[in-house]
Amino acid sequence: MVAVTPAVRTGRLTGTRSANRRTRTDKAMRFIAGLAAVACVIPLGAVLIFVTLNGISALNLDLLTKPSRAQGIGGGAAAAILGSIQMVLLATVVAIPFGVLAGVYVREFASARVARAVRFAADVIVGIPSILIGIFVFTFLVLPFKQYNAFAGSIALAVIMVPVIMRTTEEILKLVPVSLREASLALGIPMWRTVFSVVIRTGLPGILTGIMLAVARAAGETAPLLFTALGSRFVNVGDFSKPMDALPLFVYINARQPYELQNQQAWGAAFLLLLFVLVVNVLVRARTAGRRAQ
Amino acid sequence: MTHPTLTARSRQGSGRLADLLFRGSSRIAAGVVVVLLILIALLLAWNSRLTWQTFGLGFITGQTWDPVAGVFGALPFIVGTILAASLAVIVAAPIGIFTAIFLSELAPRRIATPLTFMIELLAAIPSVVIGLWGVFILAPFLRDTIEAWIVTLFGWIPFLGGPAHGIGLFTAAVILAIMILPTIVTISREVIQAVPGSQREAMFALGATRWETIRRVVVPYARSGIIGAVILGLGRALGETLAVTMVIGNKDAIPSGLFDQAQTIASKIATSFSEASVGIGTSSLIALGLVLLILTVILNVVARLLVLRVASPVGGE
Repeated sequence: MVAVTPAVRTGRLTGTRSANRRTRTDKAMRFIAGLAAVACVIPLGAVLIFVTLNGISALNLDLLTKPSRAQGIGGGAAAAILGSIQMVLLATVVAIPFGVLAGVYVREFASARVARAVRFAADVIVGIPSILIGIFVFTFLVLPFKQYNAFAGSIALAVIMVPVIMRTTEEILKLVPVSLREASLALGIPMWRTVFSVVIRTGLPGILTGIMLAVARAAGETAPLLFTALGSRFVNVGDFSKPMDALPLFVYINARQPYELQNQQAWGAAFLLLLFVLVVNVLVRARTAGRRAQ
Repeated sequence: MTHPTLTARSRQGSGRLADLLFRGSSRIAAGVVVVLLILIALLLAWNSRLTWQTFGLGFITGQTWDPVAGVFGALPFIVGTILAASLAVIVAAPIGIFTAIFLSELAPRRIATPLTFMIELLAAIPSVVIGLWGVFILAPFLRDTIEAWIVTLFGWIPFLGGPAHGIGLFTAAVILAIMILPTIVTISREVIQAVPGSQREAMFALGATRWETIRRVVVPYARSGIIGAVILGLGRALGETLAVTMVIGNKDAIPSGLFDQAQTIASKIATSFSEASVGIGTSSLIALGLVLLILTVILNVVARLLVLRVASPVGGE
């Protein structure tokens, strides 16, 4: 019905001159829309090109293997690379059970109202600026101990990952046919085994996709680590009660130094980070696209 | 929607216990998500109580932030945040909406698919990487081109005067615009695709051109969803931290012009938190965080409701 009133008005315009004008407007607006789409892609291209160019020229063995040093006298990002791997791993291990189980609950067990509330909470958490997640974790994992620590960093990253994993799990479980569940239950298989061995098994590739995207996101987060893991010039392997460096922190801190060498290291580390994030995203999305096409 | 089939309990004894355990643990996990949200708000409020007790609402209207004198006022950062975010939205909203229209209504699939993919990729780039690019590439570029042009041509208008530093409010707004584009595009695209095909067909049958169909039927139908998408973008712009911190100049004062250096709530927290003295210093920064939390949560809730109005299938979940 929405269409009728305005369409009647356009009917008035079917004289030749106005028809020409209408076609011209149509063409012009299509062109503008295309232009806007191109404008969206330009920043992506510019970031990719500059980070790759500057990053590759900064890449060397020192960057990959040496811990960082004081102002402008060399060193590398080894502490940051190791720190990122450890913190993201711990965060993933913490976030997966909560995220997946919450997704299962919302999809399989919850009443419509409860499901809506949990989903809503997850969406709101996704929208909360990540720096506030950092402060939140700071108040109970750093402040009481008066010590910045890598554990707090991991928890902050996990808080960011949980709602993402939950939402993808839920979306994927929606695609698992009800008949599969019914078949399993009809065979007398208890519900928990049905969910684990049939429902989650079927949705596993999709759930893994969600987890990988959450990992890529966590690996690039800086703000939640600023007041939790803090960053460190020393290699820290395994001591989560002490500060730990991470690649995004390394980029941030080195970009703010007045020394050319450190700025270059920032580019190198940014390139590594970007490479990881993009590879994960491209792989994951290429796979999902392939599956959709089948 | 629950599955009636799944609510039937298993009859085996051991299975029943395991079922209860499983159901219980998944309920706990879901509870954690809800509790998390409440805890975030409560802990930020509780840990900033010193500031609210000391300054009351004067904290929000105060213009001085002086840790040495023990005076804390949030106004410069609130103004900086709102200025940077709204400028970003002014730039990003038209581009984003036009792009969404292009992707869903005009482009052939072999162009739309890779373009959509690239725009989603832009959203995946870490903030700090965009910030690095912003500081060393974009800021000098803007300083020498757009900023310089505006200052020469319109410098006599009060807010648009120079000098152009590159680092400042304007560059921060451009960076933010880039970062919220994917949000606006992907969500607008979703709601536009949710517009029923019959609406378009009716319009075409009446002899309307594509653009007329888009402008008079598609966009009005999807309007509340598109507004929601823009508000979600605004919410992201308000809270975006790293990239903004790196390019905005970190000056604790209300910016006097478009090219002046400034500070947002998030960038103030990022730059000052680890140096703040425990007590009123930390408490005031957490109070800033609480202000930001309230702003973003309100925007998110409003935006989600608007998007849901369009994008959810009628009667569905």
